[in-house]
Amino acid sequence: MSTEPAKLLEEEGFSYLTCIQCGTCTGSCPSGRHTSLNTRRIVLSARRNRDVYHDKDLWMCTTCYQCQERCPRGIRIVDGILTLRAESVHMGLMLPDHRKVAGLMIDKGHAVPINDDGRAKRKELGMDELPETVHKHPQALDQVKKLLELTGFMQLVTDEGTENS
Amino acid sequence: MSKLSFFLGCIAPNRYPGIEAATIKTLEKLGTELVDLEGASCCPAPGVFRSFDKITWLALASRNVTLSEEMGLDILTVCNGCFGSLVDANNIMKEDPELKEEVNKILKEIGHEFKGTIEVRHIIEYLSREVGPEKIKAAVTIPMDLNVALHYGCHLVKPSKERHLGSVENPRFFDELVEATGATSVDYEDKMACCGAGGGARTAVLEPSLQMAVNKLEHMKAAGVDCIIDACPFCHLQFDVGQTEIKKKFDKVYDLPVLHYSQLLGLAMGLPLNELGINQNLIINEEFNKKIERIRGGANE
Repeated sequence: MSTEPAKLLEEEGFSYLTCIQCGTCTGSCPSGRHTSLNTRRIVLSARRNRDVYHDKDLWMCTTCYQCQERCPRGIRIVDGILTLRAESVHMGLMLPDHRKVAGLMIDKGHAVPINDDGRAKRKELGMDELPETVHKHPQALDQVKKLLELTGFMQLVTDEGTENS
Repeated sequence: MSKLSFFLGCIAPNRYPGIEAATIKTLEKLGTELVDLEGASCCPAPGVFRSFDKITWLALASRNVTLSEEMGLDILTVCNGCFGSLVDANNIMKEDPELKEEVNKILKEIGHEFKGTIEVRHIIEYLSREVGPEKIKAAVTIPMDLNVALHYGCHLVKPSKERHLGSVENPRFFDELVEATGATSVDYEDKMACCGAGGGARTAVLEPSLQMAVNKLEHMKAAGVDCIIDACPFCHLQFDVGQTEIKKKFDKVYDLPVLHYSQLLGLAMGLPLNELGINQNLIINEEFNKKIERIRGGANE
């Protein structure tokens, strides 16, 4: 069961209730110029306990923080959006491409792992083919995998849930 | 010689290794030694992983921080995304004893403990505060007479309550570093706007993400610049790979070369283009390369 948006945001310390619906957030949003993302409406919907978790616009935010910087009430809008997203993900709603990236993290310890092109570029520059990250240190990768198991992340990503989008 | 651990992240070492090479070489010339942070993982990417599960994000970032704590060194990042994740996680862990305890229980299982003994630095913020434009100017051997469009990116300066780097509407500290190389930072419309890549947008909703990049590229091109200078491999990828995608999707051509600041600094310190990986980009502009050669040739005469 998901927590109601207003309650969740309150518990996490986001003062969405103090929003005066001035629209500075929407007016400052670079994504909103090109997408249906309307930050002001998300804030309104969340505090009225409408179902924002199924709202795909949640994922149009680039987390540029411009709305949060300019909000005259000092509401941590983006941090709140991240909280709403996480709740949505825990309901099984994860965009397919995000699930892929999460899978790369689980397998490789990198969201953007090395590929043949990357190896060739490194060689061309006289560098080692693999960087000194988990790529070159298998024990470190084991640590990352264990960590992801302990936090339940592996389950979260592999368990597609009933509401997979 | 100052010493920092070098947190590579994903995109710099795996897609644009020139940024990694340029950073090591240029910082060495400025008296900062970078030490390998062996076994580091993805930061993890703030947009996607922070959006999925806060404890996972916090624990992964904290693990990376503890690797550097164990070496007794502050961390240097060359990426706004890595900087955002690592700084925010480091601050949360230092300030919230309950979360620290919860995360440390996980870290203990893999042989680490977060202590809160180090700081996380971003190359631009580090150079601005610890080295300064004057010292950089003194290390420049070939002033780069270029007009550049500077892209700060978002997570270097925002959220400002966490970053403490001054104005987020009209910052100057990065411009000063660019101008120290001899280049001119040209003002352009929406200079502080997002490239469109972050928050998982490039990954999941590519088209609107690219439209945001188009907005930036239009204004940069209109300002008549020779190239773009960024401080983040993800913005770098968005502008470089993005230009090829934009050509296909929207039939718009900008042909703007994309350089990370470390690469511009490398050129100004006399390092050749190919050692800095600049021609490993997808966007290769011959006119720009000729201009660089002219500048280098002029300096050698």
